[in-house]
Order: sequence, then C-alpha cells, then structure tokens
Amino acid sequence: MRLSTLLAAGLLFAMSSPLWAERSILVQSTTSTANSGLYDHILPIFAKATGITVNVVAVGTGQAIRNAQNCDGDVLLVHAKAAEEAFVQEGYGVSRADVMYNDFVFVGPPSDPAGIAGGSDAAVALTAIAETEALFVSRGDDSGTHKKEMALWASADIDPTGASGTWYRETGSGMGATLNVGVGMSGYVMTDRATWISFGNKGDFGIVVEGDPALFNQYGVILVNPSRCPSVKAEDGQAFIDWLVSADGQSAIGAYTRDGQQLFFPNAQ
Amino acid sequence: MQSISEALGLALGLVISADADLFEIVRLSLYVSLSATVLACAFGLPLGALLATTRFRGRGVALVIVNALMGLPPVVVGLFVYLYLSRSGPLGFLGLLYTPTAMIIAQTLLITPIVAALSRQVLEDMDREYAEQFRSFALGWVQRVQALVWDGRYALLTVALAGFGRAVAEVGAVIIVGGNIDHLTRVMTTAIALETSKGELALALALGMVLMTLALVVNALVYSVRATATRSAYA
Repeated sequence: MRLSTLLAAGLLFAMSSPLWAERSILVQSTTSTANSGLYDHILPIFAKATGITVNVVAVGTGQAIRNAQNCDGDVLLVHAKAAEEAFVQEGYGVSRADVMYNDFVFVGPPSDPAGIAGGSDAAVALTAIAETEALFVSRGDDSGTHKKEMALWASADIDPTGASGTWYRETGSGMGATLNVGVGMSGYVMTDRATWISFGNKGDFGIVVEGDPALFNQYGVILVNPSRCPSVKAEDGQAFIDWLVSADGQSAIGAYTRDGQQLFFPNAQ
Repeated sequence: MQSISEALGLALGLVISADADLFEIVRLSLYVSLSATVLACAFGLPLGALLATTRFRGRGVALVIVNALMGLPPVVVGLFVYLYLSRSGPLGFLGLLYTPTAMIIAQTLLITPIVAALSRQVLEDMDREYAEQFRSFALGWVQRVQALVWDGRYALLTVALAGFGRAVAEVGAVIIVGGNIDHLTRVMTTAIALETSKGELALALALGMVLMTLALVVNALVYSVRATATRSAYA
C-alpha cells in the first residue's frame, strides 16, 4: 500500500515532536499575562533558577478556574479575587497569594460618541454610554475582566444585558478577540492595560477613561489542592508560587516593559 | 490590503530565516494531523467498505448517521475529548490532556466519519459498476473488497487527503484538548488564533500562508506518488 508507506514516512519525519520536559508544571492562566508577553519574560528566568519548565494554558479566568477544579493543572494564576477566594474556600485550592496588579482602562474611537474621553470615573462613563446607547463591546465570557465589568455596571446601577444585541454587544471571546471586534465596529471596550499596550491592532483607538480606583486589577496565584487532586505536582508548583512572590520573582515581573511602559506592578506581601 | 502584502513579506521572512519556533509548530501540525489521518483511515476505510458492500437492516439509518457526522463541529469533539481526558474524567488517570496524543485522538474522531462516508460512496459506486464481473467470477466478499479497494486506491487517496485537510485546518478541537502550550502543543492553527487575539493580524495571516503552503506540499507529494505509480503501471 503506497498510501501507508507515504503516510508512515511523513510520520517518521514528524516523530521528533517535543515531549514533556523532565520537571514541568502546568499553569492554568488568564490570557492577559500570556498575550502581553509577561511569561516569555519571566518563565525562562524561573526555569534557569530551578530547572522547572512551566507550561501555560491561557484561557479566560472563568475557564481557567473550571479547568483547575477538574484537576487539569498544578497552579492557577488569574485575576478575579472573589472567585479565587471561593476556589480556595471550597477546597479546590490550598491558599491564595497576591502577585501583582495593573489596571483596567476603557478604550474607544476618536469620535467618542458618548463623550467620555478624558474621564476618570468608570461609573460616570458607563452611565453616559448607556444613556447615549453608544456601542459597547463586552467580553461576555465570565472571565476576570467580564466579572469586573459587570461589577462596574452594577455600581452604576445599570443592567446592560437587556440591551444585549443592540448597543451592548457580548462577544463571548477573549480580550484580544473582543478588542478586534471593538476596533472593527467602533465600540467602547474595557480592557486590562497590559493587553491594550501590547495589542497590535489598535487602529485609531485610544484610552478614553483611566485612573478610577475601581479599575484596579489584582492578580493572584493559587496551588491546586493536591489532597483533592493527586496528580498535582505540589512541590514544583509551590516552588513556582514561592518564586513569584519572592524578591527575585517580583523584580522580574517589575522589570518587564513593553514600548517603555511597565505592564505589571508586583505587590506580593 | 496593506496587511496582506505585509503578511506575504513576513511569511517569506519566516520561511527563509528557517525560524526555529515556526518549524517546531509546523512539525507538530504535521505529526498530529498525519497521525490522525492514518488512524482515521484505519478505522474509517473498513467501516466504509463494510457499509458499501453489505446489506443489513438499519443500513439506511447508519448511512445517514455517518454522513451527518461529517458535519461534527470541531469544538464539540474537543469538548467531548476534554471531558473524557480531564483528570476528573473517566480516562483522566492516563494523563493525556494537553499532550499531542490528546490532539491526535480528537482529530481522529473528527475525520473518521469523513473517511468512512466518502470511501463508502466511492466503493459503493464501483461495486455497482463491477457487479456483473463479480457475479461471473463468483468472487467471495473478501476478494470483492480487495478488488474494490485496489482499483479505487487513487480515489481513496483523495478521501484521505480530504480528511487530512479537515484535520490540519481545524482549531476548535486542538485548542481545547491541547491547550495551545508553547513548545508542547502549539500547532499552526492555534498559533494563528493566538496571533489574531494579540492583534498581530499580519503575522497571523503570514502563518496562514505557511499553513496553505504546507497543505499544497502534502497534496503535491501525494499527486507525484500517484503520477509515478501510474507511469510505472503503464510503462
């Protein structure tokens, strides 16, 4: 059979695929830390210091937490403090530590249909968007960013989901995909600053609202509970967490810049 | 339009500079999708041959089901395989989630119905054509199937290529069960999805061009094997 010979040859050629590194852990992570290039900067430093390879699955915070609940990962690194604390409380995780923070910003088109540019109050901006029914593009995916956005709407006493499909558009996608949609249809988007700075398809969009303390964005790290999930590599996972909150890890995070701007601010206690 | 010419330049640059990351991703794409194609043929061809050459109660229902399964959404296959391979799933003890093996399993499930349904059609049409000869030689079922598969080998090769094309182009299944982990489970399509989400549209398009070229090369290889075989057969 020539078909099988040919395909076997192709297989042999492709056989040398990468295997699991000898010491490695799996981190269920939010997308912003991966898409902004932070991991590309800090993980080689960690690997050099400890010999542990860190493999990252980057999904939204909601999905990352669900994957970790299914024991599919050793460490969880996300940004939704309430959900993280619930994760630990329900026994899925061992304990939670603050790692770093940055902030959320609103980005929008230069035409600024809701007239919110230059503002520094998220609730005021959202109220203006709702009143003018200016296009607003939401993640709509239960991610950390989406949870924060919903909390901000609640603080402005607005329920935008009733307008879903009209001026309020839920993409159900990641931050980058949602920014692509927002830029494409000239709608406002709430994004974490790290993703925005490193985003390559900004078009003519710029930051319109920033600096509200309510837009604070805290990242936390949790070891998946090894007594619930025997597959968890507790020792190496804890080594990664310890390093992240150590002086070395914190300074590696602080040293990462993009276009001369610092993306994440270490604040482990 | 500007990003298309930019993408072309990027694609050429990646290939000419023999970018190590790119080659790693290309190799894994080929490994996963070719493995899935071989496995899908191993399961799908016999199934197709069986459906083509036998008559049994409920055959019509079976045909409709196999044909319908050609439309399986990759993301549903990915979710299904995830639930089985997850540490909390029935096969979690194997530790296969987020490995190339998991991606091969998902793509095999995705394209086996394609191989089965298309080969069934090819073999059944030929069976009808050959029916009289088969009768006059009083051939048994095994010999009949052997003759059909051998005479239909080039059409079946195209069937395998259709399966490979579907496998190498899908992103929904491999991104769920592979996790798009750098240097471990990142393939062409998940890399394209990642660059798109980073807003690096030109780079994403460049990777797409490389993927298209890859599919072209695989098809050209198969075509030249076939042409050589035909020439030697009639020489």
